[in-house]
Amino acid sequence: MTVLARFVKATEIDVRLLGMVGALLLIWIAFHVLSGGLFLTPRNLWNLSVQSSSVAIMATGMVLVIVTRNIDLSIGSMLGFLGMVMGVIQTDLIPKFLGFEHPATWILTLAAGLVLGVVLGAFQGFVIAYLGIPAFIVTLGGLLVWRGAAWWVTSGQTVAPLDDTFKLMGGGPEGAIGAAWSWVAGVTACLAIVLLLAHRRSRRKAVRFPLRPMAAEVFLGGIACASILGAVEITNAYPWPIGAVRRYAEAHHVTLPDGGLFIAHGIAIPVLIAIGVGVAMTFLSTRTRFGRYVYAIGGNPEAAELAGVNTRWVIMKIFMLMGLLAAIAGAVSIARLDAATNSEGTLAELLVIAAAVIGGTSLSGGIGTVAGAMLGAVLMQSLQSGMVLLGVDTPLQSIVVGAVLVIAVGLDTVYRHKAQ
Amino acid sequence: MRKVATALLAAAALTLSFAADAAAKGKIVGVSWSNFQEERWKTDEAAIKAAIAAAGGTYISADAQSSVQKQLTDIESLIAQGANALIVLAQDSSAIAPAVRKAVDEGIPVIGYDRLIENPNAFYITFDNKEVGRMQARAVFAVKATGNYAFIKGSSADPNADLLFAGQTEVLKDAIDAGRIKNAGEAYTDGWLPANAQKNMEQILTKNNNKIDAVVASNDGTAGGAIAALAAQGMAGAVPVSGQDGDHAALNRVALGTQTVSVWKDARALGNKAAEIALLLADGKTMSEVPGAVKFSGGPRKVEMNSLFLTPVPITKNNLDVVIDAGWIRKEEVCQGVKPGTVKVCG
Repeated sequence: MTVLARFVKATEIDVRLLGMVGALLLIWIAFHVLSGGLFLTPRNLWNLSVQSSSVAIMATGMVLVIVTRNIDLSIGSMLGFLGMVMGVIQTDLIPKFLGFEHPATWILTLAAGLVLGVVLGAFQGFVIAYLGIPAFIVTLGGLLVWRGAAWWVTSGQTVAPLDDTFKLMGGGPEGAIGAAWSWVAGVTACLAIVLLLAHRRSRRKAVRFPLRPMAAEVFLGGIACASILGAVEITNAYPWPIGAVRRYAEAHHVTLPDGGLFIAHGIAIPVLIAIGVGVAMTFLSTRTRFGRYVYAIGGNPEAAELAGVNTRWVIMKIFMLMGLLAAIAGAVSIARLDAATNSEGTLAELLVIAAAVIGGTSLSGGIGTVAGAMLGAVLMQSLQSGMVLLGVDTPLQSIVVGAVLVIAVGLDTVYRHKAQ
Repeated sequence: MRKVATALLAAAALTLSFAADAAAKGKIVGVSWSNFQEERWKTDEAAIKAAIAAAGGTYISADAQSSVQKQLTDIESLIAQGANALIVLAQDSSAIAPAVRKAVDEGIPVIGYDRLIENPNAFYITFDNKEVGRMQARAVFAVKATGNYAFIKGSSADPNADLLFAGQTEVLKDAIDAGRIKNAGEAYTDGWLPANAQKNMEQILTKNNNKIDAVVASNDGTAGGAIAALAAQGMAGAVPVSGQDGDHAALNRVALGTQTVSVWKDARALGNKAAEIALLLADGKTMSEVPGAVKFSGGPRKVEMNSLFLTPVPITKNNLDVVIDAGWIRKEEVCQGVKPGTVKVCG
């Protein structure tokens, strides 16, 4: 073993994940060179993060669905339906009682959307887990049903514009938390990681597990902190566009200085939501009993059942979770578009499944990580956004994305065979 | 799964239309719809129904629910029910050919409704899509005659998208050749999805460092996506944007000033005209005798057909009263959030 390989092994990093990060960086650099230095700019990276967030949010749940050897084809349509419902609630229903632009509108709307998402998910999950109808069929039905339902909400009419506070969930200059708060978030995350590493080390010591070498610990913490703070620095390097600055100056009665005003975007709210979801889902899948059951069922359903796991209830809960995530993603995407349309989320289910699979989730069950799926979502969006920058049109984009999907999974299969 | 559902619904539709047949008196006009999933066809249907009822005829219909196969059987069943004329909104303009041939063989006149059916024995009625493209470009050009133009095209799978784009470039050609207008980026919008249009617009803005002076978007959905991208850069309202369809949200944006134009195709006029022509043809008039009919051979196979093109209306801030007076949209919907004194109709 070479020194490098030994060191990587000592850090206990997932080599697959490392490979994905490498591939992503390679793609980024290639686009950067080909586009004449447009791709790796704060602006484009910021856009990329917002564009990926909706698919990334749903991909975290799709991992659990696929790990248990199920599939969910309905989430794109469900996103569309929940989006329409949330659109109507905030522009039609709530204004009747509270008037337009009431401060509570966004939270009431979101709460209603989340509850409905869980209910729809529970319904599908119940049919799958307790009535024993294959998930493929149930969610294929869901794909048709929810898309139809999305149309019925307003008979196909687009709902716009949305509540101003609700819109913040979709990003844009106002929908980002600004420089100061971004630093606060970044430093907090960095501290949390250091504390987590220290805590794990002391736990290992207590139960006499083998420890990582100190150098590896420091290296891990250092890399994590550097990437987080680097990302914050990048989002802060993207200033508000002049139009938004003027609007801000007018609204706050500030006279614009000659050189304009540098207001940093900071981390976008949809990205924060996606990261929050990612962290929560990672915790759920790796640190809770529910998560262990999920992987146990995925590895061997019969064995899990015989071991006393209530597999049906676990599966139903996974689909409830999926419904919840579809609602969150729906809120983000309608907020971003500032409109709810009945076609919202069309084909999103395929993007989400592709993201999970590119991220290393195995369709035969038992294997898959939340972080991998989110990376997969970013990778796919990078390809699409990058190709638009290069002026490549959609038919060719589809060909490239399709080929990358197959190649990624192919490489993964080869790697796993070798690793065994 | 889908097939079973389709078959069941087809059976249901068949029973329903047989029931309608029993009451038939006068001429029977059969209408084969491609899918009712889109809102606008309901408007068309109401107009056709009303026009046929006014002339004492009977309306029978079937909905193919986006299935090419189902539409073929739909048309056969409409013929079997004794339709004297057929109005067909084709799901697929070439796959419909056998059904149209069958109707023509039976001596039943066929009207291709809104979508081209390339058969010399069929009549073609639609809005002039190239003209829609021209109107979009003209309206944007009127606001911004020089600078960087972005083109948000429709779905690459829809021939209309290219027709629209052809109309747009036709109007702008001179200015582009003279170097006054630069094509700073164009992109198809997969599936006409607003979210895709938004992403494409964001990338075009990034590529040009926000130096975009005008956006020619092909419909209101994609215009909405482009405007959301512009709004994130604080440019909404400062950059003219085109659209079409008269979507309620888009008409509101026209009043708010973030969208320049929505080319409106009055579905009721189209439905009304189609029903009139169907009744004329059912009475034995020939296709060239239809008032206003012109020869058209601009289809992919250059087949010469009789056709009628209706002219769409570009709706801008200044003529929003047209859509309100036509009952297409309520004044409150148009004027929601509009500052008093900025738009005439909103007061």
